[in-house]
Amino acid sequence: MSVLLFTIIVLIGAFLAGLVGSLTGLGGGVIIIPLLTLVLGVDIHYAIGASIISVIATSSGSAAAYVKEGITNIRIGMFLEVATTISAIIGAIVTVFINPSYIAVIFGLILLFSAAMMIRKKVDHSDNDTSGKLAVFFKLNGTYPTEGGIKKYAVHNVIGGFLMMFVAGIISGLLGIGSGALKVIAMDNIMRIPFKVSTTTSNFMMGVTAAASAIVYLHRGQIDPGIAMPVTVGVLLGATIGSKILVKTKTDKLKVVFAVVVTFLAIQMIYNGLSGNL
Amino acid sequence: MIKESKNFFADKDIQVILGTLLRVGVISSMTVVFIGGLIYLFFNYANVVDYDKFDSGKSGLSSVGAIFEGLKTMDGAAIIQFGTLLLIFTPVARVVFSVFSFLIERDYLYVLIGLMVLSIILYSLSDKLVG
Repeated sequence: MSVLLFTIIVLIGAFLAGLVGSLTGLGGGVIIIPLLTLVLGVDIHYAIGASIISVIATSSGSAAAYVKEGITNIRIGMFLEVATTISAIIGAIVTVFINPSYIAVIFGLILLFSAAMMIRKKVDHSDNDTSGKLAVFFKLNGTYPTEGGIKKYAVHNVIGGFLMMFVAGIISGLLGIGSGALKVIAMDNIMRIPFKVSTTTSNFMMGVTAAASAIVYLHRGQIDPGIAMPVTVGVLLGATIGSKILVKTKTDKLKVVFAVVVTFLAIQMIYNGLSGNL
Repeated sequence: MIKESKNFFADKDIQVILGTLLRVGVISSMTVVFIGGLIYLFFNYANVVDYDKFDSGKSGLSSVGAIFEGLKTMDGAAIIQFGTLLLIFTPVARVVFSVFSFLIERDYLYVLIGLMVLSIILYSLSDKLVG
C-alpha cells in the first residue's frame, strides 16, 4: 500500500473516531487500534503509539471547552494524577514485553467492558456528607453551579478511588487508551462524585496521564510520524465537529449503535489475538 | 461563606486561562503536524508503507534531540514529530500552570502534589526507562 493511500484511509478513520468519540464519550483509541491492526495490518505497538496521541488530542480539545464552564475539580484531578501517571508509565514500560496476542485479548475485554458501561443507566450517588477525613485533608470536596444555585458535594472512599485510578493508569499505559470507563467507576461509583464534575475532571486527567505514557512510547519509537500525522489531524477535526453537533443532538440511540460496533470490534480483537494473527 | 465564594471565582478565572492554554496548544500542534504532513507526503507519497513488524529504530525520531536535529533540515517527518511533542506537552503545561495557580492561592499542599505529578512526567523523559 502506498503512503498516500494509507494516509487517506487513516485520516478518514481517525476523523470518524474523533467524531463518534466526542458524541458518545468513548475515546478515539477504541476505533483507531482495530482499524490499524485488523484492517491495515499495522503492528499493535505502532497502533498503541498512534492511539495515545488521539487520546491527548481529544482530551485537550474537549477539556478546553469543559473547563470554561467551571465544573472541573482541579484538586481531584491533580490528586488522582499522582496515581495515574505513575501507573501509566509502568504500563507503557511493560507493554513492549508482552506478547501482542495477549495485548489484543486484553484490549478486546476492555472494549467489551466499555461498551457495557456506555449503555448502562447512570445513577448519581453524590451527596454532601463531608465526614471523610482524607477528602477533607486533601480539600477534595467542592461545589458546582446548577440552575438552582451553587451545589456542594462531598468525596468518599479516597483510598479506593486512588487504587482504582492506579489500575486505570496501568491499562491506559498498556494499551494506549484513555480507559475512561475505569475512571468513571473510580469517580462515580467509588468516590461518588457528581457526573457533572466527574466527566470533565476525568477527561481533563486523561491528557496528563496519556502524556506520561506517550513520552515513553516516543522514546521507544512507537510513535511513527507517518501514522501520527493522519491520526492527529483526523481526530482533532472529528472531535471539534463532534462537540459542535453534541449540543443539539440526543445521543442515546447513537450510543446503542456504537456499543454494538464496539462489541463486534472487541470480538474481532479477541479472536485474532487468540488465533495469533496479530 | 464569603471566603468560599471568593475562592470559587478565583478558581474560575484560572480555569478560563487554562481552557485557552489547552486550545492554543491543540491548534498550534495541529497546524505544525499539518504542515509537516504536507512536506512528508510531497516526498514520500508513492513509497510503500511498512508497519507490519515493530522496529524501534525505524523512524529515527524517537528522542527530543533527534527531532530538533531533523527540524534544521525541514524534514517533514521531524516536523510532524515536533507537532506531536507540542500536543504531548500541552497537558504537561497545564500541570505547570496549575502549580503556579496553587502557589498564588498559597495552597502549598497542592503545590507539592502538582510538583510530584510533574516530576513523575519529567522522569519519564529520561530514556533510561525504555532501556
